[in-house]
Amino acid sequence: MTTEEIYARLVPLIAAYLPEDVLADEIRPEADLTAELNINSAHLVDVVLDVEDKFDIELSNSDMENLRTVQDAVDIVNSKITAVS
Amino acid sequence: MLSTATHIIESLPYKKPFLFVDRITEVDENGITAEYTFRNDEYFYEGHFVNNPVTPGVILTECMAQIGLAAFGSYLLGKIEKSANLSMALSHTDMDFLYPVLPGEKVHVIARKEYFRFNKLKCSVKMLNERDTVVCKGVMSGMIKYL
Repeated sequence: MTTEEIYARLVPLIAAYLPEDVLADEIRPEADLTAELNINSAHLVDVVLDVEDKFDIELSNSDMENLRTVQDAVDIVNSKITAVS
Repeated sequence: MLSTATHIIESLPYKKPFLFVDRITEVDENGITAEYTFRNDEYFYEGHFVNNPVTPGVILTECMAQIGLAAFGSYLLGKIEKSANLSMALSHTDMDFLYPVLPGEKVHVIARKEYFRFNKLKCSVKMLNERDTVVCKGVMSGMIKYL
């Protein structure tokens, strides 16, 4: 799977947890999930659990600590699916 | 078990008149059971309702959150600390209220873990009265950590 394909699959997962005052078109690779997209800590866990289901991977606590931007999510997913394939 | 249960209650960041856990009767990795008796002189009965005291649904929800999220989360975090530095933020509830809980009633709360990942605890919860009737039930989640 290319990183572009990973990104395309991540966008709707993230969009599902955006607060009402943030539009889905504000999702960009460099967007900070909590500071810019205003996803709260509880919903960030929901995003991660959905990502785990969607890509059939498991994230560790250190992955969670490194997760700041949408691109970080792409990189984490990419490293996990590359590792198993 | 008895001392663990006592330590969990001591770790909670609540006190009277907003502590709604008397005793933890069971706790393990999968769930918790605890009880609370709503005293006749709880402060909210004075206004809910006028001349007709009934325990507010938000207080029943709070009681279930203190047991099913805060107390259970304190246990799951694995290091029970006495000082009140447990941080708990309720993030979601979906409750059905089936029967009223009146002043003086003792209730049991049973919570089962759905997941505890990255400090987010999600539980299915139910509250039973002394006749073992389910008075409210639902699911709730919150973020739990030590500050």
